[in-house]
Amino acid sequence: MLRFSTSKTITTVAIVLIGLLLAVPSMMSREQRLAFQNAIPGWVPSWLVPTRAIVLGLDLQGGSHVLLEVDVPDLMRAQTTTLRDDIRRILRDNRVSPQGGIQVTQRGAQIRVAEAADRERILPKLRELSQPIGNALIGQTGNRDIQITETPDGLITLAYTDAGVTEKVRRAVDQAIEVVRRRIDVTGTTEPSIQRQGADRILVQVPGLQDPQRLKELLGRTAKLEFRLIGQQGAADVDMLPSKDAGGERVPVERRVIAEGGELIDAQPAFDGRTNEPIVNFRFNIRGAQRFGQATTENVGRQLAIVLDNEVVSAPTIQTPITGGSGQISGRFTVQQVTDLSVLLRAGALPAKLTIVEERTVGPGLGRDSIEAGKMATYVAGIFVVIFMFATYGLFGLFANIALLVHVGLIFGLMSVLEATLTLPGIAGIVLTIGTAVDSNVLIYERIREEVKAGRSIVSGIQAGFERAFATIVDSNSTMAIAAVILFFLGSGPVRGFAVVFILGILTTVITAVTLTRMMIAIWYHWMRPKVLPF
Amino acid sequence: MRLVRLWPENSHFDFMRFRRFSFPLSALISILTGLMLLTIGLNFGIDFKGGTLMELQAKSGRADVASIRQTSERFGFGDVEVQEFGSAGEVSLRFPIQPGGEAGQTAVVQKARDTFGAAYEFRRVETVGPRVSGELVQSGTIGVVLSVIAVLFYLWFRFERELAIASIIGTLHDIVLTIGFFVITRHEFNMTSIAAILTIVGYSLNETVVVFDRTRELMRRYKTMPTEELLNLSINHTMSRTVMTAATTALSLLALVLFGGQAIQGFAQVMLYGVVICTYSAICISTPMLIYIGLRNSEAVKVPETRAAAAE
Repeated sequence: MLRFSTSKTITTVAIVLIGLLLAVPSMMSREQRLAFQNAIPGWVPSWLVPTRAIVLGLDLQGGSHVLLEVDVPDLMRAQTTTLRDDIRRILRDNRVSPQGGIQVTQRGAQIRVAEAADRERILPKLRELSQPIGNALIGQTGNRDIQITETPDGLITLAYTDAGVTEKVRRAVDQAIEVVRRRIDVTGTTEPSIQRQGADRILVQVPGLQDPQRLKELLGRTAKLEFRLIGQQGAADVDMLPSKDAGGERVPVERRVIAEGGELIDAQPAFDGRTNEPIVNFRFNIRGAQRFGQATTENVGRQLAIVLDNEVVSAPTIQTPITGGSGQISGRFTVQQVTDLSVLLRAGALPAKLTIVEERTVGPGLGRDSIEAGKMATYVAGIFVVIFMFATYGLFGLFANIALLVHVGLIFGLMSVLEATLTLPGIAGIVLTIGTAVDSNVLIYERIREEVKAGRSIVSGIQAGFERAFATIVDSNSTMAIAAVILFFLGSGPVRGFAVVFILGILTTVITAVTLTRMMIAIWYHWMRPKVLPF
Repeated sequence: MRLVRLWPENSHFDFMRFRRFSFPLSALISILTGLMLLTIGLNFGIDFKGGTLMELQAKSGRADVASIRQTSERFGFGDVEVQEFGSAGEVSLRFPIQPGGEAGQTAVVQKARDTFGAAYEFRRVETVGPRVSGELVQSGTIGVVLSVIAVLFYLWFRFERELAIASIIGTLHDIVLTIGFFVITRHEFNMTSIAAILTIVGYSLNETVVVFDRTRELMRRYKTMPTEELLNLSINHTMSRTVMTAATTALSLLALVLFGGQAIQGFAQVMLYGVVICTYSAICISTPMLIYIGLRNSEAVKVPETRAAAAE
């Protein structure tokens, strides 16, 4: 007998209703959703109220997608410079002078110490520079970040290991994410999403942003601020840095850093009282103030070098000791530049340069048009298929059509619960599943027709139709699932949105085309007791 | 009410006869595709080639394509492709990848915004650097290769060897012809195209699986029927379903082509073509292929037969 037990009916209807209910929040605008949530009386437990909604992809709501990559050579340059400074400190503390100074290499530094006794003294100290890699989460890995080797003729090499580089990059990405977040927060954009991607990348997505130019300007700079002193041309420990004052000409700057951006506690754009030039006012923390005060006291009359990203922005002469812990940076800036610079200084320096490797921006107009076009295509496809199914299978076509509507509703419901992202290809996926979802119904109906034609009664024909078609339905849906799952893992952004819709669509057809249709047909049969198939 | 029937009931059409045309035709098209792929090649989009794509819409409603082309050629960013599309003064600009690594790409967007920003709205700006495009090529290729392997595994578990070989030939045939479509139409080949190809792989397999499920069933029922007749019967039995599904899928895709908007049109066109090709290949390539591969004289078929006999 064609049976569909009461308990099964209740379960099926319940699943369908819950699924459809879950899709409700996604049909509302944000304001409606909030009003709806507030309108629910307090005694209703919160888990009963569907609140989650589908997230629209950037290609539909408009916005900017910027993929940044940590510049590893730049990071390693910064690391090896720090390493060089550490080695210099150790050498100085132990009164050892290497032949030819400290050579900085791509992955580390080298020194040549001829005296075996000197080597014995400094080697343990140098070894302390090498840190074990690992953290509380993964435990000690036994690897160290710097490998120290020495040759019998006195050459000592300190080089970052591969694991060490990976670790530095990982930490740089963590730090950079924080800095990027602080920098973007200042721009006042709504709900930016900042995520790590892969080993050395950061994905920034800002909905609603039309021109990412300012974003790129804010993120494109390291903002490494250093206070140093102008040194003697040709001296041993000076760097030749381009100077903004001197029109890009290189000036000698001492390597020793008096104070740096990390020691600032505030930076604000302002105007110079005398020249009316835009400047940045800053304040040091206690440590920075002390160091800066001491250095300026010792060096009255000399030129200070304010170095931003390895460029001397200005080199004022120290008139009097600056002990108050505050100061100003001038450097022929525009108003916009000082505003940006103070934002950058407040947010802190990036551990290394970030390069934009991919950028995709969709204007809000195009996003709106895409949604409209997508809706239109979905309705038209729905109407085409509904008419076609009804014209071919009559009443049974109507059943299939109800199942089809529920199927689309369930996709939205599932996507809402998962808070999945709906993209433009995702809409295409929905339209496509409208076409393919009825495949299961078609398989069943054609089979029923065949079975009845072969001489079975309606009841047993329907039953056999469902049973025999089921294996084929599973087969044909799994083949589609294979492609969709691979697409999900390989694609990113919009394409992944297509895969999500397609996978969910495959799951829901099985419920709607098989179970729901079967229920409707069973109920219909018990009411009507038909003698012939209606198609 | 009189219901529509796309395919006549009780059809006894000799589908296997088609192979005399379809085999040489598909072989020829496949070879031509291969040659064209080597000589003309695909029209790679910025996903795979790198570079910058911009979509502009004239604020006045009418775009001056000639002047845009002239001005942007003078930027010195290499060969720029300017194309008008849609109806409301929409123009797309495509710049090749710039030297100077990842950082070199930003200048293009800035220059274009400065130049055209006053008269045009920037609807879409996409910049893909050389490294990312390289990775996308890699993951796209892996995707297609992996899907074929996954399909092979699926067929290996699900079907006898002969049926599996025949359907994988059908699937490869559909991939090749889809690529041919891209070469001939000069449709931009990008990450969405990979999505289209993978979906076509799924659909293609779906079509053959439905026919072969029936073939297997009939094989058990009519143990002595000649292969050709058996295959004809399988197709005739499943034909009304094949036509229905192809029709509903094609109708939804048609809706996408007509109303889905410019960004999705390309995808929908390829898929529409794919549905036609997959239906054709299931009937005229994969199934008749079994005549040559041989269906009866294999052990894989004999095993279920003897089991069926023992059960009776």
